Amino acid sequence: MAEPDKPSSAKKQSSDEAPSLLQRLQELRNLPAMQRATYSEEIKKIQDRLEALKARDGSKAAWNTVQIARHQERPQTLDYVAQSIPDFLELRGDRLRGDDKAVVGGLGTLGSRRIVLIGHQKGHSLQERQERSFGMARPEGYRKAVRLARLAEKFGLPVVTLVDTGGAYPGKDAEEGGQAGAIAKSIEAFANLAVPTVTVVIGEGGSGGALALAVADRVLMLENSVYSVISPEGCAALVWRDAAEAPRAAEALRLNARDLLELGLIDQVIPEPTGGAHLDHRVTAKRVMREVQLALGELERLDPAERLRLRRAKYLRMGSFQVSE
Amino acid sequence: MVEEGERCKKCSSPLGEGELERSMNVCPHCGYHYPLRAPVRVAQLADEGTVQIVAEELRPGDPLEFFDLKSYTERVSEAQLATRLTEAMLAALCEIGSHPVALGVLDFHFMGGSMGSVVGERFCRLAKTAVEREMPLVVVAASGGARMQEGLLSLMQMAKTVVAVQMLNEARLPYITILTHPTTGGVFASFSTVADVIIAEPGAVMSFAGARVIEQTTREKLPPGFGSSESQLAHGQVDLVVDRRQLKGVLTRLLTLLGKGGSSG
Repeated sequence: MAEPDKPSSAKKQSSDEAPSLLQRLQELRNLPAMQRATYSEEIKKIQDRLEALKARDGSKAAWNTVQIARHQERPQTLDYVAQSIPDFLELRGDRLRGDDKAVVGGLGTLGSRRIVLIGHQKGHSLQERQERSFGMARPEGYRKAVRLARLAEKFGLPVVTLVDTGGAYPGKDAEEGGQAGAIAKSIEAFANLAVPTVTVVIGEGGSGGALALAVADRVLMLENSVYSVISPEGCAALVWRDAAEAPRAAEALRLNARDLLELGLIDQVIPEPTGGAHLDHRVTAKRVMREVQLALGELERLDPAERLRLRRAKYLRMGSFQVSE
Repeated sequence: MVEEGERCKKCSSPLGEGELERSMNVCPHCGYHYPLRAPVRVAQLADEGTVQIVAEELRPGDPLEFFDLKSYTERVSEAQLATRLTEAMLAALCEIGSHPVALGVLDFHFMGGSMGSVVGERFCRLAKTAVEREMPLVVVAASGGARMQEGLLSLMQMAKTVVAVQMLNEARLPYITILTHPTTGGVFASFSTVADVIIAEPGAVMSFAGARVIEQTTREKLPPGFGSSESQLAHGQVDLVVDRRQLKGVLTRLLTLLGKGGSSG
């Protein structure tokens, strides 16, 4: 016989369970020591259950963020362009081999500034997503980004990058075309750029394919975006040999914006409209571009050589280790 | 590693006592390059009596308190015990063919040669020392990629090491990488591929995405030899493929050719 709705009712139960468990625990703890001893087993059981519930809530929250970050209607680079850069002129091609539609870039005016904007574009419709390889760039994409960054440098224009990718495109041609070198060279180019640079992780910051566009003076993240060295599915497959453990991996990786701010790896978290950025592109774009302009304003006040020194010093400091005797 | 009196695990030819070690852990019959432990690699490349190990005091922390089936700290302790290394990169100052160099060697036996904060920091310290003492930097890679247990901190080591290389670039000091089996993921896509000269060992496999991920995602069938040193050479991604038994000689030539005394001084 079918048991209707079992998973969801079980889930609901778990989140309602904690308060009554806590109350019972409190009662037991208030008992006189002699009496409490006879309940020690129950106390232990309740404590374990509470721990398990907490862990499940943690991974549920982390996984929920991953889902929002990947939402198909979440604003993407060209949505920000549509909202904030009316005179945007897209420039295409890497001048070497091709034009990778997973990365878009071009010239435009943001507020009172002319900028070069470069970002991943996953696409919304299935057809667009296929044309753009779901925002997974090939070497041509990273080389296009580098070319446009150099164009910006020549004309003294600040560079804004928007990051939204599951990772670099994993394919035979991409590998043979120098995927690793293209990513490394992009990191290098952005590390050396003389103009101000601001990155916003707007959705998914997936591993090296994200970092290739994310070395900047300031790195901001939207509240529900994620940024990680490996996808939760990939991590789960490696550790638990089961991609279904992705929610646990998502929590362990601490890939959400607040944790990364706490770890000192990003500079700022931009709040999203209630429920997520996909519910209001206009408000999201406005908030993102306001913070980008504030950051650019601060960066422009620095001497270029000093700005470059600070950017490099920031990356040279990154790491967490111990020093033994 | 092959025991005495055993056969080559690649070509099954019998190997005499000490034969493999005498040929630098390369099968004298088929040329198969056995994986090397970092201290052995250092000994093969450095002039005798010149090696000074540095940055040994740096040990991994556990910034994420990462726990999967075991805690990260437990995994690190096990790796340290098993390899007698403190981390995946052995950092040394030494001479190669009488050229003083800073030398970093990744050891795949230590958590897959993965790059976490300590590997990144040792790399940077080598680069800084190289600049201070006007020496070239030589790095031997063997890695599964970034150290997942350090989360985004490990991804940032890609940026950190690439930034460190810029110090050498500005000081016009040679930076040479030797990519050995396997060199993948974040290590391949960072300091490995921004070198002045990239050397690969014969038969080594290099890729950013793993072969399994590629086949699963794109359903492409990968050809035999995909990502191999020879294929990378054919696709223009590395400068040279050099047999381990000639490696020190080639390195010495490179260090001489790129060393001080160029026409602009």
